[in-house]
Amino acid sequence: MAQAHTTHDGSHGSYQSYIIGFVLAVVLTVASFAAVMTHALAPGMALAALGVLAVVQIVVHLVFFLHLNTSNEQSWNLMCFIFAAASVVIIVGGTLFIMHDTAINMMSR
Amino acid sequence: MAHEATMSPLAHADDHGHDHHHETPNVFGFWLYLMTDCILFGSIFAAFAVLRNQFAGGPSGKELFDLTNVGIETAILLFSSITYGFASLNALAKNKTMVLVWLAITFVLGLSFVGLEVSEFSHMIAEGNGPDRSAFLSAFFTLVGTHGLHVTCGLIWMAVLMVQMMGPQDLSQRMMDKLTCLSLFWHFLDIVWICVFSFVYLAGVM
Repeated sequence: MAQAHTTHDGSHGSYQSYIIGFVLAVVLTVASFAAVMTHALAPGMALAALGVLAVVQIVVHLVFFLHLNTSNEQSWNLMCFIFAAASVVIIVGGTLFIMHDTAINMMSR
Repeated sequence: MAHEATMSPLAHADDHGHDHHHETPNVFGFWLYLMTDCILFGSIFAAFAVLRNQFAGGPSGKELFDLTNVGIETAILLFSSITYGFASLNALAKNKTMVLVWLAITFVLGLSFVGLEVSEFSHMIAEGNGPDRSAFLSAFFTLVGTHGLHVTCGLIWMAVLMVQMMGPQDLSQRMMDKLTCLSLFWHFLDIVWICVFSFVYLAGVM
């Protein structure tokens, strides 16, 4: 079994993959905090950086901790995830767009 | 799966890159629940995004949030993700004692996360900055509170599994499924937390 775990990365990960994921997550988290706490970036840029870092870290967690991949065994999980992620993007993006547009038209901002 | 148990080790080796534990429909069903939870959190995030500047004369995130505290909470959750990962690996290796040890460590980390969050909330409410203060704070408490409630449920679930594992269930296939489901739940909550610390706390103090 030990050999099987070192020769392939299966759908359950290994110590190595968990530690790689953990190190990547720590680096990305520290980068997010640094982007805001050092005041090195203008607010707009810092917000964009936060968005990019968050998306990358989510992917890192999905791959290394939730073991989501493109294998056959995971295809249904992946498809459901893509559907859910698309729904979230539409809900959040659509809400922001409509409410912003309303605020502009009502001159409440 | 049932036929897996009867396979010889040799058959396993030929079975290209699969180990003895396959995902069952139970785990897929739980994954579907998590996807609906994703949409729940997406909706609460959308509400927060719309109300993030409606302070009603009350305090803004800049005055309220303590980034050191948020950093500690983030570190705790991240550590608890990897300790749960080690519990999963030991479960696959059928090493029950180590599964219990790693689960206990994960439980303590999760509990300290909830403790920090409860003390943050109670401070804010004691200073008159509760969810009734402004639309921003209503949205904040709803969003962060829903995440905290999920973590609390995860902790209760973890404690139940640890007790069950010490009983006759041991590390049966059924228990492995439960452990896998809780693992998905726990790692999923860490993903939600990434969005919380990025878009609520860090974006809130800018």
